[in-house]
Amino acid sequence: MNVELRHIHKHFGKVHANNDITLKIPSGSIQGILGENGAGKSTLMKILSGFIQADSGEIELDGKIVTITTPADAIRYGIGMLHQDPLDFPPLKVIDNFILGQPGGLFPRRRQAVKEFMDLCGHYGFKLNPEAYLETLTVGERQQLEIIRLLWLGAKVLILDEPTTGISALQKEKLFETLKVLAKENKTIIFVSHKLEDVEGLCDRVAVFQRGKLVGEVKPPYKTEELVQLMFGKAVSPGCREYTGLNDIAVKLENLSLEDARLQIKHVNLEIRRGEVIGLAGMEGSGQRLFLRALAGLQRPNTGRIVVDGVDMSGKNYHAFMKHGITYVPAARLEEGLIPGLSLMEHVVLSEEKPGFFIDTGSATAETNRKIDEYYIRGTAASRVEALSGGNQQRALLALLRSPLNLVLLEHPTRGLDIESAIWIWSKLKDRCRQCTSIVFISSDLEEILQYSDYILVFFGGKVSKPLEAATTSVARLGELIGGKGWEEHS
Amino acid sequence: MNETILIGLAGVIAAATPVVFASIGETITERAGVINLSANGTILLTAMAGFAVAVNTGSLLLGFLTGALIGALVAAIVAFSSITLKQSQVAVGFVLALMCRDLAYFLGDPYNSVSGPFLTPTPIPLLKDIPVLGTLLFKQDILVYLSYLLIIGAALYMFKTRPGLILRGIGERPAAAFVRGANVNRLRYLYTILGGAMVGLAGPMYSLSYKAGWKGTISGLDGIGWIALAITIFGGWSPIKAAFGSYFFVFLQWLGLVLQSSLTNIPSQVLQVAPFPLMILALLLVNIGNAEWVERALAAMPDRLRHLISGLLRSLRSSPPASLGVPFENE
Repeated sequence: MNVELRHIHKHFGKVHANNDITLKIPSGSIQGILGENGAGKSTLMKILSGFIQADSGEIELDGKIVTITTPADAIRYGIGMLHQDPLDFPPLKVIDNFILGQPGGLFPRRRQAVKEFMDLCGHYGFKLNPEAYLETLTVGERQQLEIIRLLWLGAKVLILDEPTTGISALQKEKLFETLKVLAKENKTIIFVSHKLEDVEGLCDRVAVFQRGKLVGEVKPPYKTEELVQLMFGKAVSPGCREYTGLNDIAVKLENLSLEDARLQIKHVNLEIRRGEVIGLAGMEGSGQRLFLRALAGLQRPNTGRIVVDGVDMSGKNYHAFMKHGITYVPAARLEEGLIPGLSLMEHVVLSEEKPGFFIDTGSATAETNRKIDEYYIRGTAASRVEALSGGNQQRALLALLRSPLNLVLLEHPTRGLDIESAIWIWSKLKDRCRQCTSIVFISSDLEEILQYSDYILVFFGGKVSKPLEAATTSVARLGELIGGKGWEEHS
Repeated sequence: MNETILIGLAGVIAAATPVVFASIGETITERAGVINLSANGTILLTAMAGFAVAVNTGSLLLGFLTGALIGALVAAIVAFSSITLKQSQVAVGFVLALMCRDLAYFLGDPYNSVSGPFLTPTPIPLLKDIPVLGTLLFKQDILVYLSYLLIIGAALYMFKTRPGLILRGIGERPAAAFVRGANVNRLRYLYTILGGAMVGLAGPMYSLSYKAGWKGTISGLDGIGWIALAITIFGGWSPIKAAFGSYFFVFLQWLGLVLQSSLTNIPSQVLQVAPFPLMILALLLVNIGNAEWVERALAAMPDRLRHLISGLLRSLRSSPPASLGVPFENE
């Protein structure tokens, strides 16, 4: 289906989120939409998919002007969207998620639906169990479900909003392969991303957004510098590698074994030196998170010892770990890291240990403003955390870390952030390393792991590799281990 | 089985019927993502009003319809203030619970201890002659038979039909249901009012059947609504489990009455109150798997035992609809 957007405007309060966007997308092509966080990409896509309405402007599908007021309208016209955070129902079964919303009689024809579901899965090479509960699936599998569900409902245009956030490298490869097949089947694919390498590797054309405006359209061959220039209006690049590790040991794991309902990790031995950065790689749900939570004192080990600064911490709780200078920064920023409803200043007050019963508003505000300046947070001391953008929330979390610290545990520290923010966050983290803090982090971005770690642990179904030196490891080697190949020398 | 015990148990089923209606009604409402806390007041008000209408018109049917209508109206107030005005469901529900109760006592004064019509049992031919089950299930009044249909129908609707799937969807993740074409707020109105009507029916079921008549503050109905709310949670938002919860609670009450005569050394008050803490204990047992100390204790157990216990706990564990009490806003 040919899609044409003409002179789309959208305001949110004072923010001009879409400013006169005109874009033509031909049938059977993969259109990239590139821009940093808050550039207006998602807004435009939500307008096209009926989730929100434009203030003014026209949408034309195959030459006909249409009015799309709800997502149900959109899917009737053949437009389906995969939202960044999959909009599905985790407690329901896969097949129920598949059926939910399909028009039809009182009783859904389950057997028929299962058959069509399996056919679609087979056609695109997805391995999904229709009777599994959705909450046991990875984000990548939930995406696959959403793709075939939309196709089943007759989608001819598929919009994907930041689909590579939170999925493994293998799943990303599979996704790209599928999207190419879909384009060949004459579907129109709109691929929204802030990741250059994704857009470069996949798209037939790229439209670049900056602060609500479409600033340029680029065709392959792509030049990275040109795209970066368009995205930010200036050039950006990551710093050089620098080893910040010292010789004494901050944290030592002895014969650590862990277990939750799905996984077992057995007999891990590891020494983490001061100032060292350790990256945990692996497909989501391979045990990295369990491991990280054990280091934070949130998961009790079955056997083995965790020794921090020479003190055995086994069996102690999270607060005891905190007292020993270990801090955990979870991936779910708003759910676990920050408290929605409280302002930045109130977070600062909560994060420091100061005597006194009453809040000293004056000094707390001053301290908050100092942190806002130091961490370039776009907001004021009185801003509520939920009103900040993702990048600013992540900066706020870093600003709230106490010092000195022995060990910072991070889950997806730059997930959903654009390159500029990601580079900035890591420069701040490296500053911490220079102050003798060690870092252990999880990321599904292999480039990030290789760029910033000193050593890498690969996880596969609860198996843990020996520490790999990042400087001498390649993406290909990591990819193999993550996929379960070449483990002989590690077991 | 001893005939007296059997008749006693049949009485338990009859007495639990209003609680079944109320807890399933609340289950439907909460599945849609709305908490209607007014049940306790609603039941008292509809018991009084249904009885009053039946006394004045001589029609039992009109009495029951009045109950359903008032229940629906109270629910509509909760729906309007929470869905349209986006006010706190908990606060509005609480105030309505208290207001309806006082209204029932105040307006019901003229009908206090008046005699009126009531529903009599209609045994079902053939089925009533089945040994044990016949006496237990099929020598009841028509409402009890209706409750059997309600339990099965509600469970079927919720778990086997297309609209039932959407019902679960709007309480779980309204934005996702909206994207799939559901009119979230209209459906929430519908299910809140429908659930309210069921809770409203529970009132006349007492005053026109199981505890016939209206006796003001000593009618013994105060508290039933709160129990129905607890059973909704205890039943993990499933109609079948809610029904079993209702039967279990009334069974405990009956047991207290029966044991009074044989356990004379225990004060009767203890036996009367016992069902409430027992109910709480049951609730705790159902949800114990969520507690951190249980997880820690489990981690220390040997493998086989741990897998057995954690599997059992997981099957009992239920989580509330994720968007329960959260208003839906499209951006």
